[in-house]
Amino acid sequence: MSVNRRDFLRLLGAASVAGAAGDSTAEAAPLQRVSNDWQGMLIDLTLCVGCRKCEWACQQENDPARGQPIDAFDDKSVFEQRRRPTGLSLTVVNRFDGRRPDDKPTYVKKQCMHCFEPACASACLVNAYRKTAQGAVVYDESVCMGCRYCMVACPFEIPAFTYDSPTRPAIRKCEMCFERLARGEAKPACAATCPVEAITFGRRSDLLALARQKISSEPERYVNHIYGEHEAGGTCCLYIAGRPFEELGFRTDVGDKPYPELTKGFLSAVPFIQVIWPAVLMGAYAFSRRREELSDESKPAATQPEQTGQQP
Amino acid sequence: MMDQAGNVVTPATWIRAELTLGQSTKDYLRGLITPFNVVAAAVLAVGIPVTINRFVNGLAAATNLTNNSPWGLWIGFDVLCGVALAAGGFVMASTVHLFGLKEYKPLVRPAILTGFLGYFFVVIGLFFDLGRPWRLPYPLVYSPGVTSVMFEVAWCVSLYLTVQFLEICPAAFEWLGFRKLRVWALWLTTALTVFGVVLSTLHQSALGALFLMAPGKVHPLWYSPYLPVLFFASAVIAGISMVVVESTLSHRIFHSQVAHHDPRQMDRLLIGLGKAGAVVMMAYFCLKCLAMAHEQHWPLLLTPWGAWWLVEVVGFVLIPSLIYAVGARRENVRFVRAASVIAVLGIVLNRLNVSIITYRWYAPDRYIPNWQEIIVSLTIVMVGLLTFRWIVNRMPVLRDHPSYEPAH
Repeated sequence: MSVNRRDFLRLLGAASVAGAAGDSTAEAAPLQRVSNDWQGMLIDLTLCVGCRKCEWACQQENDPARGQPIDAFDDKSVFEQRRRPTGLSLTVVNRFDGRRPDDKPTYVKKQCMHCFEPACASACLVNAYRKTAQGAVVYDESVCMGCRYCMVACPFEIPAFTYDSPTRPAIRKCEMCFERLARGEAKPACAATCPVEAITFGRRSDLLALARQKISSEPERYVNHIYGEHEAGGTCCLYIAGRPFEELGFRTDVGDKPYPELTKGFLSAVPFIQVIWPAVLMGAYAFSRRREELSDESKPAATQPEQTGQQP
Repeated sequence: MMDQAGNVVTPATWIRAELTLGQSTKDYLRGLITPFNVVAAAVLAVGIPVTINRFVNGLAAATNLTNNSPWGLWIGFDVLCGVALAAGGFVMASTVHLFGLKEYKPLVRPAILTGFLGYFFVVIGLFFDLGRPWRLPYPLVYSPGVTSVMFEVAWCVSLYLTVQFLEICPAAFEWLGFRKLRVWALWLTTALTVFGVVLSTLHQSALGALFLMAPGKVHPLWYSPYLPVLFFASAVIAGISMVVVESTLSHRIFHSQVAHHDPRQMDRLLIGLGKAGAVVMMAYFCLKCLAMAHEQHWPLLLTPWGAWWLVEVVGFVLIPSLIYAVGARRENVRFVRAASVIAVLGIVLNRLNVSIITYRWYAPDRYIPNWQEIIVSLTIVMVGLLTFRWIVNRMPVLRDHPSYEPAH
C-alpha cells in the first residue's frame, strides 16, 4: 500500500516537472511573420481636440442603421466618465485633464491596436479572428460561440460583446475599416474624417519613421515613447503624446512579448503529457497487477479485503 | 428483466416499480414531501422563470456581465468549481484501477457518478453562459481554433464526459439487466481510467492556463506561470475532499443503500483519504508559496490583497492540510471530515479569486453577480443533486447489485 502511495506522489511530481518544463520553453515561432506591408494608424495625441468626429464617422461606417446625427457627438458630457469601446461605439475618445487646472487637457482616441500577434486570435477556440495581409485584425461572427475568452485575453480591453441580443450576441471591434478599404477608399473612416489630421493612416513601417521624425524634430512637444512600437510584441496602431502614457489611461505593463507566447509553453507540454502519462499509468497498473498476482500465489486462500465489507 | 431480488418480472411492472421505488404511486408521491424537496421545489420555482428570461431576453437581462468583466459566476463557479469538484472520479478510479488500492473500491462508483454528473452540469452551465450555446460543437468539428487553450478544454471536457459516461455504464447496465453489455463495459475499465487521467490532467491544468493570457488583470498574487500546475494539484485535492464530503453525506442520507457497509471499514477508508489529502495539500501549499516567492511578491503580502491571499492559502490550504494530517494520525474520522469541508470551500474560494474576485482588482467598476446568476447556479446544483439522488436510489452505485459479482 505504501509503495503505491509513493508511486502516486512520484507521478504527481513528474506531472509538475512536465508542466514547469513546458513553461520555460516558450520560445516558439510567431503565428505570422511581421510584414512591412501591414498598414496602421499613427495617432498624434498632441493634435487631437476631442471633437469626436471620428466616433461619428466610425458609427456611419460600421453601424449606419443607428445613424445618429453629427450634432449628437458635440455632447461633451461624455468626457465626465472614462469610456471604452462598446458594441455600439467601436472607437471612443476620452479626456485627460492636465496636471494643473489651466493646462490643456489631452484627448485620447481608443480603438483596436491591431497587434502583430493578437491575443484575441490565439485565444479564440473557433478561429473567429484573423490577421489580414493588410494588418487588420478582423472577426467573423458566423463561427463565434460567444465564450468571450478574447475579451479576457486582450491586454487593451478592446473586444466588446452585445450582451443585449438574445439570439445573435457577438463580439464587436474596430477592424481598421477592412471592408471600406477593400471598396477602394483611401483611409479608414476615422482617419478620413479627423479635421485636425491627428490620425495618419499608412504603412506601419512608414508611420514608425514618421513618429520618430516628429519626436526628434520637436523633443519638447513629445515624450520619447512611441506606444505600440513594442507593446505586446508590437501593434499596427501607434501613438505619440505630449505626456507620459501612464497618465493617459494606457497600460504600460503589457510588456514587449506577444501575448500568444504566454500560453505557448503550456500548449507545447500537451503532447508530452499525452505520450508520457499513459505509459507511466500503464506501468503503474502492470506493477500493481504483478504485485497482486505474487501476493495471491503466496497466500492462495486469502480473501480480498474489499469483499468482506461489500457483501450484503 | 429482474427486480432487486433477482426475480424475473415483465418490463411494465419493472418500470413501474423502479419509478416509484416499489411503492404505490400514492405512497411514493406522499413520500416526496420532505423539507429538502420543498427547498428544491422553491429553487426550481424561481430558477425556471429565470432560465426562460435568460434565453428569451439575452445575457444582458439576466447577468451583470460587462465588457470589462466578461466572465462572471457561471464561469467562475459553475464551470471552474464544477470541473474541479468533479475530479473525484479520476482520482478514485486511478487509485483503485491503476494503483491497485482495491480496498477503496466502494468509493469508486459514487465518485464516478459525481464526476459524470458534475461534468454534465458544467456543460449545462456553459449553455447558460455562452452567447450562442447551440454552436457548442463548432470548436470540435466545424471551425477549430487550435492555438487556444480553450480549444483544449473543449476537447478534453467533451471526451472526458464521454469517458465518464462509459465508466458509469456498468451500474446502469446492472440496473437494466443488460449482462452482456455490462461485461463489455467492464472490459474497458482500465483503458478508460488511463484515458480519464490523461484528459483530466490536461483540462484541469488548462483551466488554469486560460488565465495565463490575463497577466495584467488577475492580481499578481494569484497570477503565476505555475497556474496550470496549481489548478491540477488543487483539482486532486478537490477530488479527494469531495469523495470524503460526499460519502459522509451519502451515509447520512441513503441509510438503506449503505446498510451493508461496515462503518469502521468506511472510516478507515476516509482516514486513508485524509492521509492522501494531507500530503497533496501540503505539496499544494508549498507550490502556492513557491509561485509567490518565484515572482518576488513578498511585499504584496502586506497589502489588503495580501491578507486575502493569506486567508486562502493559510486558512483554506495549510490549516485543512494539518487537520487532515491530525485526523490521519489519530485515526479520527471527524477531523478528516472537517478538513474535507474546509478544503472544498478553499478550492471554491481559489477558483473565484482567480476568475472573479481578483480579476481587474485595480478597477473601480467591480463585477457583482446579478441575483438571477446566483439563482441559475443554485438551480443547476439542485437539479444535479436531484439527479444524483434519483440514480442512487435506483442503480447499484452505493450498494452492490445482488445478482452480480462485484466488478473486478
